[in-house]
Amino acid sequence: MVEMVARPYERAFEKHALENPDVLCLSADLTSSCEIDKFRDKHPDQFLSLGMAEQNMLSFAGGLGLAGYRPFLHTFGVFLYRRPYDQLMASIAYPRRKVRLMGFLPGITTPGGMTHQAIEDISVMRSIPNMTILETGDATEVESICEAADSIDGPVYCRVLRGNVPRLFDTPIEVGKMRELSLGEDILIVTSGITTEEALRAKSALESAGISIRHLHLNTIKPFDEEAMLDHIHSVKGGVITLENHVTEGGIGSLLAEIIADNGVGKKLVRLGLKDTYAHGGSRPYLMNYYGLDAIALVKGVERLTGQVLNISEEDLTSARVEAVHSTVKAEGL
Amino acid sequence: MQNRKSTEDVAFGIRRRVFEHSMRNNGGYLSQACSAAEQLAWLYNEELNLGEPTLPMIPKPFGGVPSAQNKEYHTGAGYNGPAEPDYDRLFIAPAHYALVAYATLIEVGRMAPEGLEMFNKDGSSVEMIGAEHSPGMEVHNGTLGIGLSTAAGLAWGRKRRGEKGNVWVYMSDGEVQEGQTWEAIQACAHHKIDNVKAIMDVNRQQCDGAMNSVMEVGDIAQKMENFGAKVVKVDGHKLDEMRDAAKTSHRGKPLIILANSSPFRGMPSLQLRFPRLHYVRFKSERERAEMNKDIARSLGIEPIDYQKH
Repeated sequence: MVEMVARPYERAFEKHALENPDVLCLSADLTSSCEIDKFRDKHPDQFLSLGMAEQNMLSFAGGLGLAGYRPFLHTFGVFLYRRPYDQLMASIAYPRRKVRLMGFLPGITTPGGMTHQAIEDISVMRSIPNMTILETGDATEVESICEAADSIDGPVYCRVLRGNVPRLFDTPIEVGKMRELSLGEDILIVTSGITTEEALRAKSALESAGISIRHLHLNTIKPFDEEAMLDHIHSVKGGVITLENHVTEGGIGSLLAEIIADNGVGKKLVRLGLKDTYAHGGSRPYLMNYYGLDAIALVKGVERLTGQVLNISEEDLTSARVEAVHSTVKAEGL
Repeated sequence: MQNRKSTEDVAFGIRRRVFEHSMRNNGGYLSQACSAAEQLAWLYNEELNLGEPTLPMIPKPFGGVPSAQNKEYHTGAGYNGPAEPDYDRLFIAPAHYALVAYATLIEVGRMAPEGLEMFNKDGSSVEMIGAEHSPGMEVHNGTLGIGLSTAAGLAWGRKRRGEKGNVWVYMSDGEVQEGQTWEAIQACAHHKIDNVKAIMDVNRQQCDGAMNSVMEVGDIAQKMENFGAKVVKVDGHKLDEMRDAAKTSHRGKPLIILANSSPFRGMPSLQLRFPRLHYVRFKSERERAEMNKDIARSLGIEPIDYQKH
């Protein structure tokens, strides 16, 4: 069974912040929710509480950046860009401040409903000049997100997982480098964040059904190296499927669509994710199933892409959970 | 820098330059020059501790926006001198006061008069709404309400580094309609950020007209005190009152000087344009000619020969 890691961000942030005195920990009244409450208690001189006032926090962070600090802003992802969008633009993105926007509870990983679910954050951030976007998909990526984010010469938005997080990978994030999880020849599956685990769940069932999968995991969404992706697109006989914890407009589905269209590649693309809809509040497995973000949704997407009926049931997928990654598949060995 | 002129002369020069510019260009931010002239003159000529300018007296053309590729990018802060620990910093929060701020830079010898000729010209860095790269600017403040927050962050950081310089913000009263202004004051108070100092031009005007007709804001001083600032009210045209206000003790709190001012000061004929004072564009050649004559007389100068331009 896959290893589950408890609160990987908590330890990773403390280690990184203590090694880097110009790193500051900012919070907007969601300190324990973002796993920085112990840091606040142990290292109060490196912690700044800015309260429920995100507009001020973002401009304030811009000022800290001007003073040469590298503030890490902790709150739910949605609160980092919806209300304070103007401040994000003027005080952080335009002047390329080294502000690290740590967005917790990406997409439908929260039962908080529309107000708490960052479902269009990647779309928004992709359209902001100077912005870098990273997304974590497992415990190892959460453990390495602080160092990866802090290596960026400019602002960076990170989708961070919290709580119990599965360990899928053995190596830290290398900014700009996608993970090649399998190198089959029939179809290309591109995932990021929590949808990677779903694709891994579907993989052996799909292969048993005779579909050879090429699976890529993205932790760097912007900037993006399209040459490497083009090679993978050309390497499969069939089309491409994206599965994202995000609306299908402006995220990695759109990213693939742009690469395919810009390069005149005549391949079909199936974009899975939230289809022009808000979500509501509920548990993560329920929401992933309800909105078609899970392994069975991916199987159906493969059927749509290939025109084949695969006769794979939800039970087939559950039994195939993530063992495949670490043991037989050796994701990092590829 | 050595004071080459009296602060009164600098204030007069600000009004004169903005008036000349507005006549030649058939419009401009005249009322802001009227209300702000003494305040900006006092800041630059007396209060601010600034080093020598580090950028050319004649501003360089627009050099591109910040990007990973634009290695030569710099802001316009160099007109206020280098960012060294003991020096003050200044943000002009209402970036539409840029014309008045540029006139001030010229009057205190930090920019050449040619700089104002580049105002709002395509390809120029001397932009109509002061941008980061415009002379005397260090951050974008074109959306009102973000200046004080940015200053608070910079000030907190400078204090942590042991720097002695203050962070000054030039504010406008319309900004108190923005919620962020109050978020910034409470954050300064909570974190005891007392190396932030602000002077607010309380001229009671905003884009649509008189503030009390657009959105009544009540007792600004009382509200700011309640949010945790040290507030001093002065006559925004009396230099001695500003000088005294700046000496006010404000340990553990930001200092905000509310400078009550008149948007017609020095140009009484602008009253004919009330309540549309935000940007004065003359409606006819006749109005332009009359304003030219009347304002010149008020300022004690010859009318501008704008036909030459």
